[in-house]
Amino acid sequence: MNPAIRSPLLFGFVAILMIGTGLVQGWNSALLILNMGLISAIMALGVNLQWGFAGLFNIGVMGFVALGGLAAVLISTPPTTGAWAAGGLNIVIGLLLGAATVIGAILAQSRMAPGRVRNLTTLAILVVGFFVYRAVFDPGVDAIEAINPSVSGNIGGLNLPVLLSWPVGGLLAAGAAWIIGKTALGLRSDYLAIATLGIAEIIIAVLKNEDWLSRGVKNVIGLDRPVPFEIELQQDPGFVERAVGLGLDPVTASGIYTKLAYSGLFVVVLLILLWMAQMALKSPWGRMMRAIRDNETAARAMGKDVTARHLQIFILGSAICGIAGAMMTTLDGQLTPGSYQPLRFTFLVWVMVIVGGSGNNFGAVLGGILIWWLWVQVEPMGLALMQLLSSGLEDGSALQTRMIDAAAHMRLLTMGLLMLIVLRFSPRGLIPER
Amino acid sequence: MDVINALVVLANFVIVPGLAYGAQLALGALGVTLIYGILRFSNFAHGDTMAFGTAITIIGTNALIAAGITFGPLPTALIALPLGIAVTCLLLLGTDWAVYKFYRSKKAAPVILVIVSMGVMFVMNGVVRFIIGVGDINFADGERFVVTARGFREATGLAEGLAIRTTQVITVVVALFAMALLFWFLNKTRTGKSMRAFSDNEDLALLFGINPDWVVKVTWMIVAALATTAGVLYGLDKSFKAFTYFQLLLPIFAAAIVGGLGSPLGAIAGGFVIAFSEVTVTYAWRRVVAYLLPEDMAPEGLLQLMSTDYKFAVSFAILIVVLLFKPTGLFKGKSV
Repeated sequence: MNPAIRSPLLFGFVAILMIGTGLVQGWNSALLILNMGLISAIMALGVNLQWGFAGLFNIGVMGFVALGGLAAVLISTPPTTGAWAAGGLNIVIGLLLGAATVIGAILAQSRMAPGRVRNLTTLAILVVGFFVYRAVFDPGVDAIEAINPSVSGNIGGLNLPVLLSWPVGGLLAAGAAWIIGKTALGLRSDYLAIATLGIAEIIIAVLKNEDWLSRGVKNVIGLDRPVPFEIELQQDPGFVERAVGLGLDPVTASGIYTKLAYSGLFVVVLLILLWMAQMALKSPWGRMMRAIRDNETAARAMGKDVTARHLQIFILGSAICGIAGAMMTTLDGQLTPGSYQPLRFTFLVWVMVIVGGSGNNFGAVLGGILIWWLWVQVEPMGLALMQLLSSGLEDGSALQTRMIDAAAHMRLLTMGLLMLIVLRFSPRGLIPER
Repeated sequence: MDVINALVVLANFVIVPGLAYGAQLALGALGVTLIYGILRFSNFAHGDTMAFGTAITIIGTNALIAAGITFGPLPTALIALPLGIAVTCLLLLGTDWAVYKFYRSKKAAPVILVIVSMGVMFVMNGVVRFIIGVGDINFADGERFVVTARGFREATGLAEGLAIRTTQVITVVVALFAMALLFWFLNKTRTGKSMRAFSDNEDLALLFGINPDWVVKVTWMIVAALATTAGVLYGLDKSFKAFTYFQLLLPIFAAAIVGGLGSPLGAIAGGFVIAFSEVTVTYAWRRVVAYLLPEDMAPEGLLQLMSTDYKFAVSFAILIVVLLFKPTGLFKGKSV
């Protein structure tokens, strides 16, 4: 089918799905799905930049998303009273010492003549550096975590508007991507994939364990919001009056109002990023990227600096995932490091890109929203299906219970089948690259 | 005397668990390495293949126990293991026929096969959850310990006890047996030799009349056996949980890569390297050091390099270091 007709049709289909959800399950649920769908679309845009444009196989999306979430905490929460005085200096000096150790080891590697002396010096720098770093760092951590651990126990943040954390989340992810890219981008595709998978796990491990920074598995809750709280709206007589005037229950109306406000913000971010990605795709830079992707050797022969371009696009794509992560944490109002799982935050994003159409920004956006809708809806649909199938069975029988329990696991199966079917019969996705 | 006590503590908390975990990782990594060597892609569904085989074995074990059949002091799961292997064989051959064959015949780029294996991973993960749910399942029965801490203390008169669980001994014995069998197969049998030839040089092997379909089939069957065995041993030693098996992917890949992808010997070495680094880095050394130093110099802290939750981080850090200095792993691996 002509792509000029195909894309609007598919987007129209997604719109119908959303409206249908609103009519059947209520507008609050529909908007909830839409909001996460918009965030997923942004993540898919980031992955598409790396995979679709440049053929970089990054399966560490989760790590960058989590870093964005961390940004939301570090920017918007109020600083913990006394934390900086208690251990801030130790933490900062400790981190600097840690960085100095790594830089020292790298310098020793690059400046000294190869041989046993160099290896031993590098090893000595790393070992001594590690213990010095721990000696300075640990007391700081203990001091900070001792401050009222049930409520705070972390250094807190800068108490700035939470919206500011979105670009900062992007910057944080970009910084991490620079470090990772510097070490791992020289690896071949499989190895790069496994390296990024591992780095994402490390980032999550740090967030889960460094309580002074992110409160670990104790979670940071009650983050600031860029939109009014529902309860404030319900207490506002003007709002209640308008809601009643529209024939709505004030509680429902306040929920819809805040969710719509979020949707507006997300759509703005998505449109800006989509516009930028489209411009990039059409620019000479985008053509160069695709040329590198399609034939690296030829591009290198033409004098293109492949490694530098790969680093560039790796950083850009990861930054977009970081922005999406900060947005998600803002929407949730909390950072829960324990909830980051690769199946949900890395592999599902990949399903979105593959199904939507890699190499096409609109495909990625479509895939993001569509797959998120499916991810949420497959479970109730599966349950309904199982109830229908087992309705002939005796109520409460073992088989019936088993079938209804199993419905809860429909999601992964459906996503996998969908991905395999698309890869097999339409490998370029729903909206193929032009 | 104190040196002996220190050694006993070390054996109890580092050497014995490290050997068992290393053997499990090595078996897992052998499967990954075989697929990489012969089918030429990194199989992301390997962790879930292990989970599937283990789930079938657990069902078999439960059926056996319900029928009153047990294995005396040994875990009943060992009797059910062949069933698990057989069903996993069917699953993998079916997957190959339904999914991978198409891409192989098209000579798709390896990275496409990796993405396809991600899809297979999702499906298998879903299937496992369908079959057995998401809960924590302990299916080890029989004798719990070969050597108990108290028994060891009484027999030797030492201050420290040494406990060796039955599952740890079984893990090491079964893993050694499986590895020996694999190496015998690869080096002595006709099919094994053609597999190695196919792995070294596909075109040359085809020229010499090696049947690629047969090589692929045998590979999947061996992978099914290795994955199921690794999964069952891990599950007996710790416990079975679908999500944990998916997470095992990282240390298994790390082991395979550290050893050199495509090299079976490397996979075994890599498994033990990763296992021992994880255990030593996250172990609190205080008690060992306390025995070795004079009393007034006893350490105050736990002497733990990193908290236990950084296990995965350790395996990955080693992976990166090895890749930076030896890009093809300790034993020269291959690259596609």
